[in-house]
Amino acid sequence: MAPDMSWTEPLPRALHPMAWWLWALGLATAASRTTNPLLIAVLVAVVGYVVVCRRGDAPWARAFSAYLILGLLVIALRVVFNALIGASDDGHQLFALPSVALPGWAKGIDLGGAVTAEQVLAAVYEGLRLAALICCVGAANALANPKRALRSLPPALYEIGSAVVVALTLAPQLVESVLRVRRARRLRAAPGKGLRNLRAIAMPVLEDALSRSLQLAAAMDSRGYGRSNGAPQGLRRTTSAFVLTGLLALCLGLYGLLDGTAPPLVGLPALTAGLVLSGAGLAIGGRRVRRSTYRPDPWRRAEWAVGGCGVVCAGVMLVAGSYDPLLLHPSLYPLVWPDLPLLPLMAILVGVLPAWLAPRPVRAAARRAPQLQAAAA
Amino acid sequence: MIRLEHVSVTYPDSVVPVLRDVDLRLPEGELCLVLGRTGAGKSTLLGTVNGLVPHFTGGLLSGRVLVDGRDTRTHPPRELADVVGVVGQDPLAGFVTDTVEEELAYAMEQLALPADVMRKRVEEALDLLGLAELRSRPLRDLSGGEQQRAAIGAVLTCHPRVLVLDEPTSALDPTAAEEVLAAVTRLVHDLGVTVLMAEHRLERVLQYADRVLYLPGDGTVRSGLPAAMMAHDVPAPPVVELGRLAGWDPVPLSVRDARRQAGPLRERLRGRRPAAFASAGPVALRARDVVVRYGDVIAVRQVDLDLAAGQVCALMGRNGAGKSSLLWALQGSGRRAGGTVEVDGQDPAVGSSAQARALVGLVPQSAADLLYLETVDAELVQADTESRRPEGTTAALLEQLLPGIDRDTHPRDLSEGQRLALVLAVQLVSSPRVVLLDEPTRGLDYRAKARLAAVLRRLATEGKAVVVSTHDVEFVATAADRVVVLAEGEVVADGSTADVVLSSPTFAPQVAKVLNPLPWLTVGDVATALDVPA
Repeated sequence: MAPDMSWTEPLPRALHPMAWWLWALGLATAASRTTNPLLIAVLVAVVGYVVVCRRGDAPWARAFSAYLILGLLVIALRVVFNALIGASDDGHQLFALPSVALPGWAKGIDLGGAVTAEQVLAAVYEGLRLAALICCVGAANALANPKRALRSLPPALYEIGSAVVVALTLAPQLVESVLRVRRARRLRAAPGKGLRNLRAIAMPVLEDALSRSLQLAAAMDSRGYGRSNGAPQGLRRTTSAFVLTGLLALCLGLYGLLDGTAPPLVGLPALTAGLVLSGAGLAIGGRRVRRSTYRPDPWRRAEWAVGGCGVVCAGVMLVAGSYDPLLLHPSLYPLVWPDLPLLPLMAILVGVLPAWLAPRPVRAAARRAPQLQAAAA
Repeated sequence: MIRLEHVSVTYPDSVVPVLRDVDLRLPEGELCLVLGRTGAGKSTLLGTVNGLVPHFTGGLLSGRVLVDGRDTRTHPPRELADVVGVVGQDPLAGFVTDTVEEELAYAMEQLALPADVMRKRVEEALDLLGLAELRSRPLRDLSGGEQQRAAIGAVLTCHPRVLVLDEPTSALDPTAAEEVLAAVTRLVHDLGVTVLMAEHRLERVLQYADRVLYLPGDGTVRSGLPAAMMAHDVPAPPVVELGRLAGWDPVPLSVRDARRQAGPLRERLRGRRPAAFASAGPVALRARDVVVRYGDVIAVRQVDLDLAAGQVCALMGRNGAGKSSLLWALQGSGRRAGGTVEVDGQDPAVGSSAQARALVGLVPQSAADLLYLETVDAELVQADTESRRPEGTTAALLEQLLPGIDRDTHPRDLSEGQRLALVLAVQLVSSPRVVLLDEPTRGLDYRAKARLAAVLRRLATEGKAVVVSTHDVEFVATAADRVVVLAEGEVVADGSTADVVLSSPTFAPQVAKVLNPLPWLTVGDVATALDVPA
């Protein structure tokens, strides 16, 4: 049978990690704009479906369920605390908790009291929104190889990136050496308990860690780490000044955007200034770092498509929210069944497209034994 | 390729220079073997070649080191990365990334090579070192030999003109060592790389060397062709010592050379037999059906083992064969999923760790884990209190094992051999009947190994059952009465040293290979038989 040439599925490859992060952050922005439980449920389903379709078989890809559990925990905690502390009188009472009288200095906080359906629902809605945000971050972590994500940092942040990678590899080694030393201590049947015992374990472990770090540093040095970037002192100072002021302005700008009462100058202008300053700092700093990347992740059509889905989703939600806020925040007083507004629903459904737009991930089994599979086929 | 001109190195906290007025010229494409006792300055000499000494280690270097025309005075290690590749003793400690392929590319990324060049060179290095199957495997999951080859590949991708290897085979089993050495010789022959290699296991590497550098320990370096150097008083593998003993000229460097000259010696030895070790005493430890498992992985599979008092038993087998797991299970501190272990009618795993220690003493692979105090003296006193012995017992033991250790030294500053003696003394103070040592020969030079062999023999004559796990066949030939070979957690061979070792091409010591089919294992035995001083 002749192969159908009109559309061929893209070859399996890892999508650029930044594309997954863009998509996930887009959906997270969308989630942050609504408390409508129906929309949130659709969004979580969308995220979960994409993860199931496009995750690899690496250890981090299995972490998504942990994020889901964390989300449920957040909802539960929110409901419990809300019932305990935020008693209210109006609404449909579900049950009443014994109320505790607090001393005078804690005036204004009610412990216990009547628990209303509105109050519980409000907590569930808020919890759902937080859980959805956590799910989005979890999805990005499951879909994008965290180490490759670090590799695609701007060159000026390369040192920080490699420090994180080294720390990630050294942490399990530290645990290993603690276990080893503890086991060895038993051979000596050392009677020391408490502080003395701690010292007996800490000393060999720390000495071990220190000598390992020195060996690693020597190995990195002899393999060219930090080569040819003897940047002049002045340039280094300018870079850090730019990046630091930029980050400060960024924080200020974000604060201004989120807090409606802040003076208008603190909002968007500060955010823009921050972006420009830190961008300039990274660009200047990046120039002095001369290194290349082995098998860099390409940014192709699939990356544009996946990232675009996230941006579209966030954009439509933002517009819909400013157009009719009530659609996205269902009323609790009076208590009504939430609507499923069409435009936001369409926006969220755009987020599921990466399940087909992104190429399939490469599986370890396929990497390991291509000959075997070829023989089987 | 490498030129050292009047090089002296002095470290900050010492007055005596480690290297004194060294003048060397190493041409391109040579495999250069660096010999010398522990602490003679081998690592310092290797370090000067890529500038780690003194840029990284500190200290004062006078004179000049030129590598491919670059002066290490003006070029720190990172600026020499494209000319000199360095592989340290423990490859795992030097890995920066986590998979084989990324590790091979790391140094090239630092050199800012274009992506297509990197891709090509990684594929070449994978083929050259036989790593293609392992390309996407995590580095931590590889075996010792594979890790060592990956580490060599990781520096090779920069196409260095010089390769510096610090004890590349010391932690490897015989087969893995062969693989690594085959890869290194291929680099020398095919690519013309200059290799500078320090190694204690001369029997493995001497035959490949084009030149030998010997550091007697006084800061000087003697350089010469292997045959000429071996004729003099330098540390030598058994095959050379046999040649010296028999008066062969030229001194043989490989088993093959020696066999061609060995005819008359074999005639002289025919009809005589090496003196047998003392016969075994009563059973001190009886193990039945011992199983050790880690989840799905079965490390030790139903092993039966009787250890006789007065015998030294060597435990051999490739890395990961279950040697360490078995020793820990026998001592009682390690896991044991099934089976029984009995010493004097007691199971060491039942009861306190102090009781276990009085039955079976174990010196673990990383012996330094047991030491945590500031001075040797403090450790000795602590050991006395731990075992409730009168003060000075451990110190007296240590004095017997290895006299002349400065009591005020920090345990970390001791040499490998001294530290091993200290830990052994600490473990012997509770006078266990069974003594287990896990890979004690790692990093020991010839003299230290000979001393360890003597210590183990003496423990055996005192009536203890001694087990030593090791990869070192020459050490086994001198020290052990009995050899147990493990593979995949099962005992595949068990018998007297001569029986087991002579029947296996991997485990046969050099003397046995030379004198085959006669049952001689060590130069010492041959010397005694011929009645000449070894």
